[in-house]
Amino acid sequence: MEYGLDLEYSFNEFLKGFGLSSEIAHILWLPLPMLLVLVAAVVGVLVTVWLERKISAAAQQRIGPEYAGALGVLQPIADGLKLLVKEDIIPAKADGILFTAGPILVLVPVILSWLIVPFGQNLLISNVGIGIFLWIALSSIQPIGLLMSGYASNNKYSLLGGLRAAAQSISYEIPLALSVLAIVLMTNSLSTVDIVNQQSGAGILSWNIWRQPVGFIVFWICALAECERLPFDLPEAEEELVAGYQTEYAGMKFALFYLGSYINLILSALLVSILYLGGWGFPIPVELIAKFLNLPINAPFIQVFTASIGIVMTVLKAYLLVFIAILLRWTTPRVRIDQLLDLGWKFLLPISLANLLITAGLKLAFPQFFGG
Amino acid sequence: MSIAITTQFICFTVLSLVVIIGALGVVLLESIVYSAFLLGGVFMSVAGLYLLLNASFVAAAQVLVYVGAVNVLIIFAIMLVNKKEDLKPINDIKSRRVISTSICLTLLSLLIRVDLTNVWSLSNPQNSIGEESTTRIGEHLFSDYLLPFEVASVLLLMAMIGAIVLARRDVMSKDISTGLPVDQELIEKSSEPLLTNKN
Repeated sequence: MEYGLDLEYSFNEFLKGFGLSSEIAHILWLPLPMLLVLVAAVVGVLVTVWLERKISAAAQQRIGPEYAGALGVLQPIADGLKLLVKEDIIPAKADGILFTAGPILVLVPVILSWLIVPFGQNLLISNVGIGIFLWIALSSIQPIGLLMSGYASNNKYSLLGGLRAAAQSISYEIPLALSVLAIVLMTNSLSTVDIVNQQSGAGILSWNIWRQPVGFIVFWICALAECERLPFDLPEAEEELVAGYQTEYAGMKFALFYLGSYINLILSALLVSILYLGGWGFPIPVELIAKFLNLPINAPFIQVFTASIGIVMTVLKAYLLVFIAILLRWTTPRVRIDQLLDLGWKFLLPISLANLLITAGLKLAFPQFFGG
Repeated sequence: MSIAITTQFICFTVLSLVVIIGALGVVLLESIVYSAFLLGGVFMSVAGLYLLLNASFVAAAQVLVYVGAVNVLIIFAIMLVNKKEDLKPINDIKSRRVISTSICLTLLSLLIRVDLTNVWSLSNPQNSIGEESTTRIGEHLFSDYLLPFEVASVLLLMAMIGAIVLARRDVMSKDISTGLPVDQELIEKSSEPLLTNKN
């Protein structure tokens, strides 16, 4: 198997050159990918907020942010700064500890899940064996944070919003996990790197979306529901619940919810692109390009080229999906809570179960196409 | 002591403290909501302990099942049934406490006995399977543990159907406790008439 660029190894060798022991080099290395992911996530949120403002403006025939920087690109930073300097309020009758712990419990699992998002063969924080299962497990912690903040706010709208959020994410987690399971069945591995490698055979033709079209749609609907994006944003439905569980929050605590929901959106888009759209793969296999240019696949130039193309492709695919999500938000009406639960339990769950069964059958019948 | 071992020791200490203090809090705290949230914390720390033992799949399953499903449902139920109701004083509370304490102590002594008699050290600690454990668990579930696995899933299905039967009034025509015919119209409606003549 090709390993390509190994930044950690080079970094450790570089530090050993200064006479440091390998353990200290390892400790110095550890915070770097974490910091990088935090920065990437926050920058991703800033870009998404700007996109949301611009695209919503275009959908409503407005101009949108215009004066903060060119085309208003600095608007999200201004938003963030505003939230940073706002007063931190805990309502008098609220439960202080739970009120503070709620937003943290919502945000931390989302950021932890970035652990498994690969941007290239070695460009991920940790290629843990349980890979995608870690994300499913971590995303199930979120409802506790939502329930906690809904309860602690001591406000009936908050409590209702929290309960709705928990009900929604419990019922959509099952079809989500089942459609991931179909992919795992085809890959024979839970690792996200293996999932992408399995799709890299023939460029765009070998992407999972062609073999799992039903799974793709179920996954995307469920991911939108887990992110509480508009067709499914019942927990914070403005007309009914003020702002749901966020009602009593202000300043940085509100910003944590805001960040959490946008990071979750980007994460879901990244995971859709990893599971179904070939991850870091270019529509034409890089091996073919290297052969065309008469360069060996291990040449440093090709390695850097592959890595940068990998990052660009992953981000491009993810942002295409984010664009679709934003467009959906500003063009579709909200579903009712009974419609939402009906869709989850009576439509998506049976369909994803059938999809799993059919995938297993196809895998037995055509092992060369559906993973042996 | 190398850095890896130190980190492991610190993690183990913190996780064990959280498990013990959190479990005591679950039992001793007055507020049922705090107990439920602390229970989630205890489950998370147990998952952390599994992670320290290189059992990452078990840890993730622990988080998914116990934190994501069981604990969320417990909190959900507590918040839906948020009745402010004074509990009735129980009659012979002292003898009940003595009985429950003795039962708990018996269980504890059983656990201590297991701890003392079992041989915990691995014959070859370098040979731990680590990431491969996911595959190994799957193999066992589909070979020698197939029957217990299937029986457990049938049990869960029975529990689920039972819960649905209890929750849906139209399945049963009589109220279990009062024996009165059940009102099929409104689920929220109480089975007894609200305005009884209390003369």
